[in-house]
Amino acid sequence: MPRIGVVTFPGSLDDRDALRAVRIAGAEPIPLWHAEHDLRSVDAVVLPGGFSYGDYLRCGAIAAQSPIMRDVIDAANAGMPVLGICNGFQILVEAHLLPGGLIRNERGAFVCRDQRLRVENADTAWTNDFTVGEEIVVPLKNGEGGYIASEDTLAELEGEGRVVFRYVGVNPNGSMHDIAGITNARGNVVGLMPHPEHAVEPGFGPDTPDAMRSGIDGLRLFRSALATVLSRV
Amino acid sequence: MPVVVVEVMPKPELLDPAGKATLGALRRLGHTTFSGVRIGKRFELSVDGPVDDTVLAEVRAVAEDLLANTVIEDVVAVYLGGAEAELDEFTGVTAGETH
Repeated sequence: MPRIGVVTFPGSLDDRDALRAVRIAGAEPIPLWHAEHDLRSVDAVVLPGGFSYGDYLRCGAIAAQSPIMRDVIDAANAGMPVLGICNGFQILVEAHLLPGGLIRNERGAFVCRDQRLRVENADTAWTNDFTVGEEIVVPLKNGEGGYIASEDTLAELEGEGRVVFRYVGVNPNGSMHDIAGITNARGNVVGLMPHPEHAVEPGFGPDTPDAMRSGIDGLRLFRSALATVLSRV
Repeated sequence: MPVVVVEVMPKPELLDPAGKATLGALRRLGHTTFSGVRIGKRFELSVDGPVDDTVLAEVRAVAEDLLANTVIEDVVAVYLGGAEAELDEFTGVTAGETH
C-alpha cells in the first residue's frame, strides 16, 4: 500500500486530519516529525495547516529551515508528490519550492468559510482525479492567504498553466488573479490555501445541495496522489 | 556588545493591511495629518567581538536569506546600532552604512 507522510511541526493543527484523509483515500498514513531527517520511505508528503513555530518571523519561514524540510526539498526536486495546505503552502513558498508569497488578507481579517474553487489544472500529481473547469467546495480558513507574485512570475504561472485552483464567487483574501493554489513546473509540488483534508468524509465536510456536511471534494486530491504513486510502481 | 540593526519593510507596491488598519485607527482618533502607515520589522543582532566588513557582509546575507522574504519584503537598512548611531540619528545624520 502506498505510504503518504504528513509532517508535524510544532504548531501544526491539521496534521491529524491530513493523516485521516490519507487513510480514507486508501493509502497508509505515515506521521513524520519536523526535527528528524527521516522520510520513513514515504511515496508522497503532505505539509499540513496550522501555525508552525508560532508563525514567528513570517508564516512558514522557520519551518522551511527545519531539518526534515532539507529531505522534503530533495525529494520534491527528485519528483516526489508534495502537497502544502495553508501553512504548508506558506512553507513551500518560503522553501522556494513554489514561487511568490502569501501576505495578510486584504481586509485584515481571518476568514473561515466553505469556499468554491475552480480546478484549472488536472495534470498535477494532486489533481489528476479532477477535470479542468470543474468546481469544488472545500473549507478555507486563513489570516495570511493573499497570494502575491511579481508580474513576470504571474505571467509565467498563467502561461504555463500552473495555476491549479482559482477562487470562484468570492476572493476571500485579495489573492492576485484569484489564485488559490499553484504547482511547480514539474507538477509534483502543489500548494493551496483552502483545506481539502476537511472535506473527505460525509458528515464532516461542507454543506452540499444534497445534504448538510456531505461535501467530500477534498478527498480527490489525496486519491490523485495515490493514483500518481501507483502509476509509477 | 555591538549590535547590528536590520530593517525590513513590506514591498512598497504591496498592500500592507496592518498599516492600513493602523491608519484607520489614527483617523478615528482625529489625526488627519497622516496619509499612510506602513509597518516593518527591526532586527537587532548581537555580535561577540568587533563588527567588521566580514560581519556586515554576513548580516546582509542572512538579512536577504532568512530575516526578509525578498518576494514580499525589502531589506531597507543594515547598520551598526548603539549610542553613536542613536546620536547620529538624533542629529539627522544617517547612521552607519545603509543597504
